[in-house]
Amino acid sequence: MTTVKPWSDLLGASERLDVAPAFDELREQPLCRVQLPYGEPAWLVTRYEDAKVVLGDPRFSRAAGAGRDEPRTRLHMGSPGNLLRLDPPEHSRLRRLVAKAFTARRVEQLRPRAQQVADHLVDRMLAAGPPTDLVEDFALPLPITVICELLGVPVEDRHDFRVWSDAFLSTTRFTPEEVAEHTGRMRDYMAGLIAERRKAPQDDLLSALVEARDQHDRLSEEELLTMAEGILVAGHETTASQIPNFVYVLLTHPQALAALRADPDLIPQAVEELMRYVPLGNGAGSARYALEDVELGGVTVRAGEPVVVALQSANRDGSVYTDPATLDLERKEASHIGFGHGPHHCLGAQLARMELQVALGTLLHRLPDLRFAASEEGTVWKTGVATRAPARMPIAWDQ
Amino acid sequence: MTWLIEVDGRTCIGSGICAGTAPGHFTLVDGTSRPTRREADPADEAVDAAESCPVEAISIRDKETGEILAPQQ
Repeated sequence: MTTVKPWSDLLGASERLDVAPAFDELREQPLCRVQLPYGEPAWLVTRYEDAKVVLGDPRFSRAAGAGRDEPRTRLHMGSPGNLLRLDPPEHSRLRRLVAKAFTARRVEQLRPRAQQVADHLVDRMLAAGPPTDLVEDFALPLPITVICELLGVPVEDRHDFRVWSDAFLSTTRFTPEEVAEHTGRMRDYMAGLIAERRKAPQDDLLSALVEARDQHDRLSEEELLTMAEGILVAGHETTASQIPNFVYVLLTHPQALAALRADPDLIPQAVEELMRYVPLGNGAGSARYALEDVELGGVTVRAGEPVVVALQSANRDGSVYTDPATLDLERKEASHIGFGHGPHHCLGAQLARMELQVALGTLLHRLPDLRFAASEEGTVWKTGVATRAPARMPIAWDQ
Repeated sequence: MTWLIEVDGRTCIGSGICAGTAPGHFTLVDGTSRPTRREADPADEAVDAAESCPVEAISIRDKETGEILAPQQ
């Protein structure tokens, strides 16, 4: 077996939204062995086609990670009963309970409300005048408001659950004790909301899940709690990260920005290209365990061995994308795997797409000459969490 | 009972959810899902796939009556 190298030795430290140049070489070679910050060593997949096999082929299992010290970038492994820790058909039983709330059709019905929230946030920014922090004043409150209303969580509690959510995604920001404390608080909070819905159901997803549990016994109490937490955390954190990430990329690619301003109809495809281009995950995704020996990427992955996928590399695979490191809003090639692939393809993908379209459309339309407040250097990047995004991004515009 | 399974290739976004959930019933060809067989015996995993599709591109109907069995509206 080949040598195991730590992720940081293989790829170095990535600044801002840079994708490590070492991926270009790794994609040319057979799979290599990697030691992620936590858990056992794994095979590292960097090519697009191999990534789709690992993520989509039932010979690779998430559930088989139970009881193993899973290779991972984040400290927290995810609660048992989390969708991401199950395989079909158990996974399907739970996912079906919530999938309907996130279909393209249902998400379109939420678009006017998302637009209203975005407009309201921009109204406040215009009233206060530049500069403003895009993260705090727009990128966070937009997806948080939408997911809170959908799920049935009071949006005014956001300052609490934001800290708890960060703990789920912590790589090094929190100690193990802090992670346990924050994730415990999230659980208590969600248990409290569930108890309220039991007494007085509302027209929201949380009430629907409580009904699925109490009247139809379709999930356990633990699964109900885990699902609600997962939707709240994943339902805002990623989109809140991608809004400033996308704006950052556009402000540092003036031609693309000008094209988008000139033709707002380009926004949906721009969102797809930005999903491909932006390396949201700061490391590799959740490990899959081979259920049998599988020939993959020039090696034999033995039954029982874990494999991790670097989506940011797969999305820059030169055998799939021409000039993969170039942002090309008119790209017509294969769909990106920024939302993953296979049974665990992002549950909220359609919601994220809609929110990102609304966010970019609103910012570009309503803030003339949107720009960095001082310079690109004013953007402060998050550290110690699994998603890459600005912690603060001061922006300005012509008032 | 025989089921008719269809995928609307223009709606499909190639998420791979169906092929990973019901590998005997769906396969990806050039990034788009297709049913492996148009007609199939009833199978829970095929319904799971149809109910999990984020763009509702899959339909399962009763061959005799034409009744839509999945996805639920």
